[in-house]
Amino acid sequence: MTAPVPPLATGSASGADLLLWVAFPYVCLAVFAVGHVWRYRQDQFGWTSHTSQLLEHRWLRWGSPLFHLGTFMVIGGHVVGLAVPASWSEAAGISEHAYHTVAVWAGSVAGVAMVTGLGMLCARRLLTRRIRLGTDRSDKLLFPLLSATVLLGITATAAHNVFGGGYDYRETVSVWFRGIFTLQPQPEAIAGAPLLFQLHALTACLLFAAWPFTRLVHVWSVPIGYLARPYLVYRRRTAPAADPKAAHRPRSVSGSR
Amino acid sequence: MRVMAQIAMVMNLDKCIGCHTCSVTCKQTWTNRTGVEYAWFNNVETKPGVGYPRRYEDQERWKGGWMLDKRGRLVLRSGGRVKRLLSLFANPDLPAIEDYYEPVTYDYDNLVSAPAGKDVPVARPRSVLTGRPTAITWGANWEDGLGGAPEHAGGDPNLTGEWAQKVKFAFEQTFLFHLPRLCEHCLNPACVSACPSGAMYKRVEDGIVLVDQDRCRGWRMCVTACPYKKVYINHATGKAEKCTFCFPRIEAGQPTVCSETCVGRLRYLGLLLYDADRVGEAAATPDEKDLLDAQRGVFLDPHDPEVIAAARESGIPEDWLAAARRSPVYDLVMRYKVALPLHPEYRTMPMVWYVPPLSPVLDAVDAAGGNQDDPDHVFAAVTRLRIPLEYLAELFTAKDTDVVAGVLMKLTALRSYMRERILGETGDETVLKAVGLTAQEAEDLHRLLAVAKYQDRYVVPAAHKEDAAALTAMENRCPVESSGDPTDAGGRRVLLGIPTLRRRAPEAADGGRP
Repeated sequence: MTAPVPPLATGSASGADLLLWVAFPYVCLAVFAVGHVWRYRQDQFGWTSHTSQLLEHRWLRWGSPLFHLGTFMVIGGHVVGLAVPASWSEAAGISEHAYHTVAVWAGSVAGVAMVTGLGMLCARRLLTRRIRLGTDRSDKLLFPLLSATVLLGITATAAHNVFGGGYDYRETVSVWFRGIFTLQPQPEAIAGAPLLFQLHALTACLLFAAWPFTRLVHVWSVPIGYLARPYLVYRRRTAPAADPKAAHRPRSVSGSR
Repeated sequence: MRVMAQIAMVMNLDKCIGCHTCSVTCKQTWTNRTGVEYAWFNNVETKPGVGYPRRYEDQERWKGGWMLDKRGRLVLRSGGRVKRLLSLFANPDLPAIEDYYEPVTYDYDNLVSAPAGKDVPVARPRSVLTGRPTAITWGANWEDGLGGAPEHAGGDPNLTGEWAQKVKFAFEQTFLFHLPRLCEHCLNPACVSACPSGAMYKRVEDGIVLVDQDRCRGWRMCVTACPYKKVYINHATGKAEKCTFCFPRIEAGQPTVCSETCVGRLRYLGLLLYDADRVGEAAATPDEKDLLDAQRGVFLDPHDPEVIAAARESGIPEDWLAAARRSPVYDLVMRYKVALPLHPEYRTMPMVWYVPPLSPVLDAVDAAGGNQDDPDHVFAAVTRLRIPLEYLAELFTAKDTDVVAGVLMKLTALRSYMRERILGETGDETVLKAVGLTAQEAEDLHRLLAVAKYQDRYVVPAAHKEDAAALTAMENRCPVESSGDPTDAGGRRVLLGIPTLRRRAPEAADGGRP
């Protein structure tokens, strides 16, 4: 499981690097995990995609599918780019050049779709008064944070890999990313990466920390089970066993405005 | 045979005066909260009219209910499971708020705080959604009493076909009746089948269709799937809400709020036993005109010893079986067959049925120069009613005018016979025979339709607490239970009927749990 020695590693990491690239990500991940458990147990009533299609549908009609489908592709790209070491893809016979060509093209399409979609969703939220008034605190955190992460990510790619000379993040950022999850953190791997990549990584960490407290939780409720369940659902009035915890459930954490 | 019990409703449209008391009391009880200002679990429509939401009966547009595919299988009109999941990001068939109406409040404060002046201060309308002054251009009963009918009523989706060309909205020739609508608590609910999260369900004990607020994830497929558009999105909580058939009252053996407060006393509540195994087959009946009989075929006779035995086996308690035998709904739907379902062609097997309106029939006899006591004259008049048979058939029998005519003739015969009896004559039983009633049955039906008392109109058996351990859990979840009052030291005080808004600080102001 040891990652390849990062070429840019410059000896032991400084205190600031440790804080930014080890402590901060772990704190964010801890908040992500504990936050989800807490919210799932305490706030089923607030756990929703919080649709606003009723109030505005013309922008949503295009913005939402663009954003969601773009996001799926972007997530897939990140999984390949971050989780799969370069040595594996080379072993599979994919040259570095071929990988980057595909990554830049597919990534650009996905990125543009996601940015366009998110732009439309943000625009309707800002411009449609009904929706702006219905925007709660968690949305006011989520939309800027998500936009910042996405814009930093696509700017980094554009600046370095589309128009720039090309930057091989698989040798630096990916190594740091895998180090987090293999519990062998390598802050020095990302410490030398370009600023845009670093900022993207940091906002992404924040986004993960904010995740359980926003409408993003609806991601975990993707209704795949619907494909297999019987159409008609019967339930007995007596079925849900008495849950003493259910007696005093707090209000939705994202419900306050 | 899998016997289930359903608490069902019948409304006698002849008696509906369109007072909206049911709608208002329902709103006060269930939807006077932020996020559902526009939602009316119960609303009263003027027919003909486009309805609420606008043209909801146009299933080509809104894709509600079920249909048969090319191979005759029952499928949701809004598409299969995969298509539904693909439209999670943007649902193309979801009514917008404009299709309902923009909810408003008024600047009441201006009435008392306006400075002294020459003019009387007014309370201007203000949009609840934007907080800005707005013009009221539509509402849930905009066309009440045919208001604006010449302009709008032609948009009624039921006015199709050649006969509809003859419908005039000129004052002298027009017709109108009121149609109170609430969730149909269908035997084959399309909303339940469309819910991706499995949050919607039909209760085994009483057939009430509910949304589990903890499991709803706001995918909004139920709104599209319901052909009656009786599931609403709470835009504050992002979850679906619908008519609950006032289940807390039903469980306590009381009628729903809309029934309890109906000034026309036109609503009937009672049990129907049905065979759950035959629902799917009945809903897939090939010919739409056979759907009414197919649905009647699913209902079981509570007097039949075989049915009683099977019901006992399914765990239906004895007092419920007794209530099913006294059910006024069973009498109107099955014994006298004067009640009809709303839009059976949607194939959801709705459980709120209607006795079609007859009102002007005796006028029509006179107008045609006939004798009100002559059954032939009376029956002939039924086909020349102001409310065209075709229109009623669109609503209640999937365009089968014979069935509607049959019901109207039965009601006419009953009226004619009882009129004679009450005027001290013997009554001509040939009229009754022609519609398949005996003198005794006529007396009973007359009693049920005209003079039934509270206990006869509402036969609602209370829920069984001894086998419902969760009812205590339910009580714990009661939204009005905790007073939030610090002096209320642990004691459970129930604050009924006090709006959340006034009861607590702004914290509780939006999105209470229904």
